[in-house]
Amino acid sequence: MAVITNKNNTLLELKNVKKHFPITSGFFRKVTGYVRAVDGVTLDVKKGETLGIVGESGCGKTTLGKTILRLCSLTGGEIRLKAVDSGEMKGLQDLDKRESFEARRRIQMVFQNPYASLNPMKNILSAFDEPMKIHSLGNKQERKNKIAEMLETVNLQPDYMYRFPHEFSGGQQQRISIAKALAMNPEVIVCDEPVSALDVSIQSQIMNLMRKLQKGYNLTYIFIAHDLSVVQYMSDRIAVMYLGKIVEVAEAVEFHNNCLHPYTMALLSAVPMPVVGAKSERIILKGDVPSPVNPPKGCKFHPRCYKCIDICKEKEPALKPSDTNPDHLVACHLR
Amino acid sequence: MNKDIVLSIDGLKTQFKVGKRIVHAVNDVSLSVKRGKTLGIVGESGCGKSVTAHSVVQLLPKTGNICKGTIKYSPEVGKEYVLSDYKRDSKEIRSIRGKHISMIFQDPLSSLDPVYTIGKQIEEILFEHEKISKNEARKRIIDLLAKLGIPKPEERYNHYPHQFSGGMKQRVMIAIAMVCNPKLLIADEPTTALDVTIQAQILSLMRDIQKDYGTSIILITHNMGIVAEACDEVAVMYMGRIVEYGPLEKVFNNPLHPYTSALLRSVPVLGIDKNTELRSIRGNTPDGSDVFQGCEFSPRCDQICQHCKDGHPPVRVVEEGHEVRCWLYEGSGGSDHK
Repeated sequence: MAVITNKNNTLLELKNVKKHFPITSGFFRKVTGYVRAVDGVTLDVKKGETLGIVGESGCGKTTLGKTILRLCSLTGGEIRLKAVDSGEMKGLQDLDKRESFEARRRIQMVFQNPYASLNPMKNILSAFDEPMKIHSLGNKQERKNKIAEMLETVNLQPDYMYRFPHEFSGGQQQRISIAKALAMNPEVIVCDEPVSALDVSIQSQIMNLMRKLQKGYNLTYIFIAHDLSVVQYMSDRIAVMYLGKIVEVAEAVEFHNNCLHPYTMALLSAVPMPVVGAKSERIILKGDVPSPVNPPKGCKFHPRCYKCIDICKEKEPALKPSDTNPDHLVACHLR
Repeated sequence: MNKDIVLSIDGLKTQFKVGKRIVHAVNDVSLSVKRGKTLGIVGESGCGKSVTAHSVVQLLPKTGNICKGTIKYSPEVGKEYVLSDYKRDSKEIRSIRGKHISMIFQDPLSSLDPVYTIGKQIEEILFEHEKISKNEARKRIIDLLAKLGIPKPEERYNHYPHQFSGGMKQRVMIAIAMVCNPKLLIADEPTTALDVTIQAQILSLMRDIQKDYGTSIILITHNMGIVAEACDEVAVMYMGRIVEYGPLEKVFNNPLHPYTSALLRSVPVLGIDKNTELRSIRGNTPDGSDVFQGCEFSPRCDQICQHCKDGHPPVRVVEEGHEVRCWLYEGSGGSDHK
């Protein structure tokens, strides 16, 4: 198992987290197999950092984000959050009712499609107000002031709170989603593809805003995306997922300059660069991502790997620190 | 028409009737595609890039029509068709579609019919345009599928779309487009629905096709990276107009229009210094039905001058082949368009 350094700075810890979805068939809904969406993820998230999670579609990155919020239950493993008062790491499952309630406020999420995540029947004020009321964040007037303040921090006019979601453009809706998460005074925000549904010129607005807010409110982001250049720009550390497993974790600069896993190299080389003449050596992977229902034996990447050797087909590599950098973890026999 | 040019669009204007309003989706667009080359059309959603391409083959919905401009297509030197003269769904345009000019769409799942095998769907195009026996057609399609990197093509011929993955479906779409050896391929966001690794596969496949068949390509995308990689010429569109047009190196290394340069600097590049703030374009992408007095980009532009509110800037040829539609370049040398 990975050695976690700098323990006291860790805010969130994931230990061998698993989420399997059952596949049922037949009249009696007999379970015939499992989709291993997240299959043993060990990660730690430090306070104030942005942890980027990248991977292709179907690799389990969104499910991982949802398990952190407990929007889906765990099949195995543990997620631990640092307690506010004592500072010890407590498993989210073991929290008592009050702590669990508090933990839900401390971790918020911003979803990919801002329009689908706002209730079309409610105006912004009541959509914001509901969770704030549940968590008793101030009286009615205080809450309203807070909402106005939040809208202002995301560069929207405070009187927009009386409008309905359909009256806003995609970029504005995403700002509202961010403001809504922020209104709960969270510590961690899980951002699931927050910019991929937006136009290029709006993407940069949102990214700049998110970075500004992180500084201002000392937030920790878990930034899930499939666009490597976006993740690399936003994150301090990056974790690469493939078929429900983390294959590499490294700091952003190290990740770009010195990645070790063949999958990461292929991903990086596949990103088209908006620079003329940047066509460098491209690694084109053969085939598609295998199904997470019955993943390949051994290293899950081996059927597509261009460096595959015999051991890869038999034994699954563990996520271990690299020889040169203890913070750079990689799961590959060849490193 | 110049003999190197396979398609030329001149002053194209396409509008849509939405209720009582008229939306000018494409406004005075002129461009040309060279033989065997790739033209990229970039822009944000709603800028009219798809409508421009759909106008070429008259694949517009009933509410839309081409109200001005000419579209000329020349399959070989000396031969010329004026596509804009043909009526929608006329025999003439149907003989062009699929045979001379074909399209690949963004979402391969929704462009394939789920109840027919892929073999049947590719076959259909061949029977429409060529006199060919069933056996011959089958043989030709299997050869093509193999060339496009679909494993076990004999077996795959009888499979249904749901049995294919996203990348494979896009290959089938390319097979449908390429089966009649068209002279021009219009690819409308061909890789947007795909993962990066699959995107790289499809882009390299399209490059190979171009090399082997000498097909000209119009590549519509919003991704500046794909343009830099795959295109020879670029047209940047904003609100139905081409704001900048020229060879790839000139547009990317020396962007003239404030929109192009902002667009180029607003995307993070791999390996970018994390302390640099991204250049963002303020405001929102306008709605197609908004009417502007002056330059459409002026409400979001950083380099606004006194002319910008006056009227639409004319096209200015700044260097040879590099055109821009911006008041900043008025009176700065160069010459008027035509």
